[in-house]
Amino acid sequence: MAGIDAENRRSAVGAPGIARAARSIAARSASVVLLLILWETLVRSGAVTPFQLPSLLRVAERIGSDAASGELFFNAGLTLYRALTGFAIAGIAGVALGMLIFKSAAARWFFDPIISAGFPMPKVAFLPIIILWFGVYDMPKITMIVIDAIFPVVTATILGFNGVDRHMLWSARNMGAREGEMLWQIMLPAALPQIMTGLQVALPVAFIIAIATEMLMGGRGLGGAMLEASRMADSPGTFAGLVVTTIFGYAAIKAMAMVRRRLLRWHQETQQTGGI
Amino acid sequence: MTGALNRYLPLLLLALLWEAAARTGAISKLALPPISEVFVAWFELLRDGDLFANGGSSLYRAGAGLLLAIVVGMAAGIFMAWSRPVNILIAPLIEIFYPLPKSALIPVIAFWLGFGDGSKILLIFLGCMLPVTIGAFNGARSSEQVLLWSARGMGAGRLRVLWDVVVPSALPEMLGGIRTAIALSFVLLVTSELISSQRGFGHMIGVLGSGGIYDAMFAVVLTVALLGFIADRLFLRAMRRMLRWRE
Repeated sequence: MAGIDAENRRSAVGAPGIARAARSIAARSASVVLLLILWETLVRSGAVTPFQLPSLLRVAERIGSDAASGELFFNAGLTLYRALTGFAIAGIAGVALGMLIFKSAAARWFFDPIISAGFPMPKVAFLPIIILWFGVYDMPKITMIVIDAIFPVVTATILGFNGVDRHMLWSARNMGAREGEMLWQIMLPAALPQIMTGLQVALPVAFIIAIATEMLMGGRGLGGAMLEASRMADSPGTFAGLVVTTIFGYAAIKAMAMVRRRLLRWHQETQQTGGI
Repeated sequence: MTGALNRYLPLLLLALLWEAAARTGAISKLALPPISEVFVAWFELLRDGDLFANGGSSLYRAGAGLLLAIVVGMAAGIFMAWSRPVNILIAPLIEIFYPLPKSALIPVIAFWLGFGDGSKILLIFLGCMLPVTIGAFNGARSSEQVLLWSARGMGAGRLRVLWDVVVPSALPEMLGGIRTAIALSFVLLVTSELISSQRGFGHMIGVLGSGGIYDAMFAVVLTVALLGFIADRLFLRAMRRMLRWRE
């Protein structure tokens, strides 16, 4: 631990590039180690019962056996499939709807109140209605994810298009860009940072709703498996689910940040390091 | 007034369309009870006090969890920006828990606190704390160096600088974080109450839904959605007032 801390401080002074990357990796792994140590001490000290917090080893064993039997990958695959399908639909439909609202006054008149009223609403409350209409399989889960994840994408898209620099549009038009070219080559790239921010908000939402709907409707997946384990008072199984869910959520969010950096490599923001 | 009416006219049209679709039988009444019947069911629920009793316990859970999340989250975020050791201690934990889908905490918290009020409050507290902390941290971190230096130069102590410079400049982003937290609190509340609860809006929705009393179920669902909307609007108003000095 002391070594990691020293490493931390030394590279904090300056030295960008490799040193910074090493620092961030060190900091991240230090945090994981610290948390795991805390977990294990808590269990060993007897302050909590093994039921409230099973030992790290048992949870790791459980993850291992779930992985060996293929159960883990099956459930994780299902959850990822639902969350990412919903996210993809919300992303594409959200950008399209945002563009439509930006372009057409009629669409703006119609959708603006729906979006401003719908965004802050707890859409999960509509779940029983969605179940009533679409049953309990993948379809209602994905529908629910789309309903929840589409709002940040639409608002971000509108914000992005509204923020496009007028001088850029004028000069493009002056140089003879046609309507379609304007859209795809000028406006969309210029709005992309905002759109990506919207997608980055939507992705965790998709995961939260995927897990929640799986808990509420069953049908396996990580959420379903966790609730099942919880109902059986299978504490290691539940905590194993929590750890696996965290790992997949972490991977998805990091992947999204990487996509952003790649897509926006030309943009000045990529030069700076972003916050969380 | 007319402005608001004009603005929300599309919503009114949707409601009319809903009524028409259900009345003409284009959509089965079972799948979509007419909105007029939903209103009748709503008044019924208001009159026999069901809605108030359940709503009261839901709002208590959400309110208590949110209050804790705001107080602890703000303190954590501002101290993270203010002191490097605190940052080293807390930042990694946030890094780990930020990507965790908050709904996954529900079964784990059930092991700790069972299914009563405490479990919902803890869930909402844990789930809503992060957006507040991140907002407060980003806001406090971005307070202008010049302001800090001049405050220091004019003889303000470290705590004085924290209170008079860092906190006000963190306010906009912090309030943004709280707004996210409010929306999230409703989601977590309803989800956890739907899964396991003896009281609350989620419990009502679950019971009415499985009993096939769909007009009343729609009434409760719309009540929750409306409350979420109203909470957001009220907060937005308070937020604008608190940030008026920036203009």
